[in-house]
Amino acid sequence: MADDKEIRKAESGDEQPGAKQPVVGPDGLTRKDRMKIQRHGMPEQTPEDRVGNFHSVVLGYDDETAYAEAQRCLNCKIPRCIDGCPAEINIPGFIYAVLENDLEKSYEILKAANALPAVCGRVCPQEAQCELTCVLAKKSPVAIGRLEQYVAEKMLDKYEKEPPEITQVPVTKEKVAVIGAGPAGITVAMDLRRMGYDVTIFEALHKPGGVLNYGIPPFRLPRRILNAELNTIAQMGVHVRCNIVFGKTLTYDDVMAQGYKVVFLGTGAGLPSFMGIPGENSNGVYSANEYLTRVNLMEAWDFPNADTPVFVGKNVCTVGAGNTAMDSARVSLRMPGVENSYIIYRRSKDEAPARREELHHAEEEGVIFRFLTQPIEVIHDDRNWITALKCIRMELGEPDDSGRRRPVPVPDSEFTIPCDTLLMAIGQRPNPIAMRSIPGLEITRWGTVTVDEETMMTKVPGVFAGGDVTVGASTVIMAVGHGKKAARGIDAYLSSLRA
Amino acid sequence: MPEPNTIVYRKRLSPNTVRIEVLTPLVAQKAQPGQFIILRVHERGERIPLTIADSNPEKGSITLLFQEVGASTLQLGMLEEGDRLHDVVGPLGHPTPIKNYGTACVVAGGLGTAEMYPIARALREAGNHVITIVGARRRDLLVLLEEMESVSDEFIVTTDDGSFGRKGVVTDPLKELVADGKINFVITCGPVIMMKFVAEATREAGILTFASLNPIMVDGTGMCGACRVSIGGTTKFACVDGPDFDAHQVNFEELMMRQKAFAEFERRALEQWLKAHPERAKTWQQ
Repeated sequence: MADDKEIRKAESGDEQPGAKQPVVGPDGLTRKDRMKIQRHGMPEQTPEDRVGNFHSVVLGYDDETAYAEAQRCLNCKIPRCIDGCPAEINIPGFIYAVLENDLEKSYEILKAANALPAVCGRVCPQEAQCELTCVLAKKSPVAIGRLEQYVAEKMLDKYEKEPPEITQVPVTKEKVAVIGAGPAGITVAMDLRRMGYDVTIFEALHKPGGVLNYGIPPFRLPRRILNAELNTIAQMGVHVRCNIVFGKTLTYDDVMAQGYKVVFLGTGAGLPSFMGIPGENSNGVYSANEYLTRVNLMEAWDFPNADTPVFVGKNVCTVGAGNTAMDSARVSLRMPGVENSYIIYRRSKDEAPARREELHHAEEEGVIFRFLTQPIEVIHDDRNWITALKCIRMELGEPDDSGRRRPVPVPDSEFTIPCDTLLMAIGQRPNPIAMRSIPGLEITRWGTVTVDEETMMTKVPGVFAGGDVTVGASTVIMAVGHGKKAARGIDAYLSSLRA
Repeated sequence: MPEPNTIVYRKRLSPNTVRIEVLTPLVAQKAQPGQFIILRVHERGERIPLTIADSNPEKGSITLLFQEVGASTLQLGMLEEGDRLHDVVGPLGHPTPIKNYGTACVVAGGLGTAEMYPIARALREAGNHVITIVGARRRDLLVLLEEMESVSDEFIVTTDDGSFGRKGVVTDPLKELVADGKINFVITCGPVIMMKFVAEATREAGILTFASLNPIMVDGTGMCGACRVSIGGTTKFACVDGPDFDAHQVNFEELMMRQKAFAEFERRALEQWLKAHPERAKTWQQ
């Protein structure tokens, strides 16, 4: 139960407990009324239904539910929820606009802070961010993520039917090159464009979106919604040029010669890791990146209507327990012919880095978890096809550098799991191609680019970076947060040059 | 000026081989021998990796040769001059290390000749004495013969059936050259089995030998790892670490088996495509 004094303090902005504030909102409810409303659950496809399709698992709030959930927000004067949001969204503001029945205003508030509200509403770990710091968190936080998703999707739908009149901010400032059309790059581009910069995003793949497109499956992020949100980039006047590999097609020297004053590296962490165990190059063994790229970006789930195939057998093992692993295991359940989809993880469930909601969804759908299990060899036949995965049982020992208890093998506990498709989801590192083109960058031993944490500038003046390329594989919202910081850093840097 | 990705020249070289020249100014300016591009024919098309057989920076074009072996390459083969490719991205991969090795032997099999042509030319420009061996199963599978001859100091052609040049395989003349002690460097591109035998032919003499590998790829930028190959027991990505590797270190057996990973899907897609295109099915030869 939330401490009433604490709530009142946040709500009123007054150190004096009990200070009176007008708390009647546009809906006529008082604070007391709001506290009585229960958090609204998210309607979902049933697990049985959804493993048979790639449609969205969550169905979204309807208007009544969204309104009722919005009524729960106490509209605190000191909104702690914002402290938990890397994108610094005016959360009480956008929710209050829902109560005013002004979704346009609500959407504008979201967009002002976050270029990708429909995406973030769906994929952010809100339980560890805004909903964790919400003053009602101890009781039951306002469903901020679901409301963000509701507002953004509602407005994207509306604008699809009646495109809004957009007045692009005129170009009054320098040219900025953004490398990579993922969440970090899109955020930096949108923020700088709003300030009057002439921004071009260079993307290596044939579609923008980065990990949103190749990594996150459509049942978590429907492509219609993703594409609608991505379309808003061009509407703002940001140039997006696909099929340009920075460092190959276009180098740092090229863009500088073309008059760009700043380069922002948002190239993500796209280089997949493998375990280095015997037999790993057997047929039927994929990096999670390859598997998800084939299914999500190349639409192999629809082969032969889409041209790219993907082989999936009956027994799929996914190694790792992060969000990418959950995505891989859940995609597998949806592929025809798959009988068992396993997660193989060397630690226990408590240490699994995936979002709780993802673990929960995976469990509901029937993913089989093999915790405290470490693969040690891929067994294959004489045509190089994988037939089984040899594993060893683990137990947790003393804590390691990460603070988690180190898994150690249990002697003589080897066993095999029949397996014809193996997915390696044990992490990704940044791709060095783009970095190699910029002399003077400081690269860490993890392959990430070193940046100033405030400005996001690298050791090379005028070169900024953010998102996974600076920290290794992390979250979409972290990339958005970096993008916002970098936009401010870039603006300050270029302003100082002008002065 | 036609738009980028427009096919500005197209010629059918054999019942199953086509040469196209595509307008891609950015790629053409950067392309170096040994590099490749990835293209897509349509919105839901596969990403098809093809070697850059030639590039013309002034004109802003690159030349590609491809063999119609499956549904995707057959689709590509249907495009005419003036048509546009959906996407072209590149140049990808490391360029071949070109320097004066002394006497360089270029060994090309079938369509591998497309890859070897700019490399042979660059080797010659770097001062090498270039001996070229080109081989194919039969005469109609030989491509770029005139071009290859024009950049070679010595030029040898072999066919398995003797329908053109010397009867036999490329390793026959190669072994003789190795025995004569004449060559300092070998580079090869072609079917994996051929590259394997080229590597065997030069292994004992310890001649520096590069093989340009052609595994299955998806993105071509190091993102997926579909193209991983075992080099001296270590896994490398052919797209970003290659495509050229020390042939004596390559696990060719593994590569051959990995190339067949999607054979069943390829067969299905091909059958479906041929059914939908009966006219082309009549002229196409397996």
